Amino acid sequence: MNFGFSEEQDTIRETLARLLGDHATLAVAHDRLDTAKGFDAPTWAALAEGGWLGLAIAEDVGGSDMGAVELAILAEEIGRSLAAVPFAPVLGIAVPAIESMGTKSQRETYLPQIASGQTIIAAAFAEDGGLGPEKSTATVAQDRLTGRKTPVTFGAEADQALVIAKDHDGTARLYLADLCAPGVTIRALDCIDRTRPAVEILFDNTPVELLPGSDPMAIRRLVDGAAVLAAFEQIGLAERILSLTTAYAGERQAFGRQIGSFQAVKHRLADMFAKIELARSNAFFGVWALASGDNRLPEAAAVARLSALDAVQFTTEESIQLHGGIGFTWAADPHLFLRRGWQLKAELGPAAIWRERLFENIADAPRAAS
Amino acid sequence: MDFSDSPEEAAFRATARDWLDANASLRDGSEKTQDHFMARDADDVARAQDWQARKAGAGWAGLTWPSAFGGRDATPIEQVIWNQEEGRFAVPPNVFLIGIGLVGPTVMTHGTEAQKAAVLPRALTGEDIWCQLFSEPAAGSDLAGIRTRARRDGDDWVISGQKVWTSGAHYSSHGILLARTDPKVPKHKGMTMFLVEMSDPAIETRPIRQISGGASFNEVFIDNLRVPDSARLGGESEGWKVALTTLMNERFSISVGRASGGARAEELIALAARVERNGRPAIEDGDVRARIADFIARQRGLEFTSYRVMTSLSRGEAPGEEGSIGKLLLGKLRQEMGAFGMELAGTAAGISSKAGDDVARWRNEYLTAPGNRIAGGSDEIQRTIIGERILGLPPEIRVDKTVPFSEL
Repeated sequence: MNFGFSEEQDTIRETLARLLGDHATLAVAHDRLDTAKGFDAPTWAALAEGGWLGLAIAEDVGGSDMGAVELAILAEEIGRSLAAVPFAPVLGIAVPAIESMGTKSQRETYLPQIASGQTIIAAAFAEDGGLGPEKSTATVAQDRLTGRKTPVTFGAEADQALVIAKDHDGTARLYLADLCAPGVTIRALDCIDRTRPAVEILFDNTPVELLPGSDPMAIRRLVDGAAVLAAFEQIGLAERILSLTTAYAGERQAFGRQIGSFQAVKHRLADMFAKIELARSNAFFGVWALASGDNRLPEAAAVARLSALDAVQFTTEESIQLHGGIGFTWAADPHLFLRRGWQLKAELGPAAIWRERLFENIADAPRAAS
Repeated sequence: MDFSDSPEEAAFRATARDWLDANASLRDGSEKTQDHFMARDADDVARAQDWQARKAGAGWAGLTWPSAFGGRDATPIEQVIWNQEEGRFAVPPNVFLIGIGLVGPTVMTHGTEAQKAAVLPRALTGEDIWCQLFSEPAAGSDLAGIRTRARRDGDDWVISGQKVWTSGAHYSSHGILLARTDPKVPKHKGMTMFLVEMSDPAIETRPIRQISGGASFNEVFIDNLRVPDSARLGGESEGWKVALTTLMNERFSISVGRASGGARAEELIALAARVERNGRPAIEDGDVRARIADFIARQRGLEFTSYRVMTSLSRGEAPGEEGSIGKLLLGKLRQEMGAFGMELAGTAAGISSKAGDDVARWRNEYLTAPGNRIAGGSDEIQRTIIGERILGLPPEIRVDKTVPFSEL
């Protein structure tokens, strides 16, 4: 058993933290929120230039073929920086989908383009609050897709969408849709985090190509993997806001003392820390299950998701509280994290969905207490 | 990042399992609910000593101790593997946790050669059972506030005072005792550690009954206990340093011990399948499902947190920041799970119809969990530790750190 990172992995983290720290500052995040600019193209380009977008892409198609653990490190650092980049749909969903379910030609066409940053592929999975293969009402007949997907994060910036839709048999499959193709209508949505904008996409007889290896089981596994990576993004976010709030509590004076010396404040920060560490432990199990192909991935993904959701909500809400009046202002940092946290929650669904997935998974397949 | 046994770990597990298969019986569910570390009666103690002697004879006692002291030089992860495997068998309670986990390493660090020879072998074989005479009525979370006095008398020390919350003192043969030897200096500076024999008539042990109904801890009255200077562990006035070694090993033992045992959240699923809520099987109730799922997520998180601690220790690093959260989160989780298990019985919440049924088991969980939240550093102390040592927040304002103890 080895439940930590290797030295090489620590080095990767440091490099990424520097790169993201140079490009995706909180000043940039404030500016993007104020101007509703959303997608942070310069940071995405810097990640592409550094070879990071090809992290988990095979070498023969333009990547560096590292593993899920390295991908998790990238997710965490993106979460920490609040970079407005489509890591989750592109690297968390599209790459593993094309790699494991696509044809040779799809791999050779799309993966090099993703690695170089030329192509962004959004994940058009959700439909009105539902997620996953069983919830999908979009359909494909004769390679033409009809249906409505919402919300689709970074859908306006994407070149392609990876869509869950039912084939002529009613089986959920994955399809790639060119978003410039005929029959595609994109409508902006009013998102809580305007720096990670989502859209509604209507497909009307839009030409699509099937990922032939896709089926409901594979899609569920894909969503589980995405949830594990999202947990790391959430943990990075939560750690950053804890660190900012801790720093503030060490500076701000009241009653002749730093407020961080009061137990009411100190203990709240300790609770934030504890929730984050619990989430990290579950996320470690999740990424191990993802990397090793362990059959406990559904359970691992659900516990990682649940504790990450809890950590983010608690830390972001309490960071506003502990900052006092300034924390309630638009100009201060805490609401950036609160907003991003909610957007991350929306993307793969709130706790209610994942509690049920976890319960079903464990109640249906009782695991002998080890 | 690897969750599976390494080849060496797998081999260790197989060897442990072989020995256990040959020497113990698997649990069959008929065992009485009992604490993993506390004996209920003399019979438990006798069985525990017998089991410990057999383990020691076969090299399975004091696994993480250096071989120079009779241990196995095992890694912390091997200790966890042993605990997991031994936990599958119907074995007596491990009343040697304090002797082997706390006192042994403290004696190895601070003891004389004579003390090592006197203490370590007998702790390992279970001939001696140790208790920890630290807390006092006026010194719990604030341990450095102890008032038990040890005074020099020729070549001896004479100790008087009162200890409390001393687990297992009533069946222990020996105790590690922290006493104040110099009240004229600030509180942390004037203490000294001693090794004492509990059979001395100057020591009176009175069990204290807990809210769970059991009596696993005690108050201990010490009235002019005379010990030779050779009973002093570590330097005079260096008792706090010695105590910190003991407490550090206590945290380690708890984090290793926690990786196994205890009621599991999954057990609530089976119970929910047998009872009704609002006229339907409780297992179909959305609130029931959600609560159990949350318990599972939290319990898994604690389990994996202990593996992160093991990883740090196996790499020879100090346990990382993550180790401190286990203690903080475990008691509250057990308390909530216990309450929920009792509530699943509906109007019979907490009312058991026969000994050992589900309600009785969750009630026991509920009534013992508060001890987890207090013993070994209360939740509140843990939060302060996390806040100050990990997050680096400014310390509490302390009025007692520089003033002589006698002037407090």
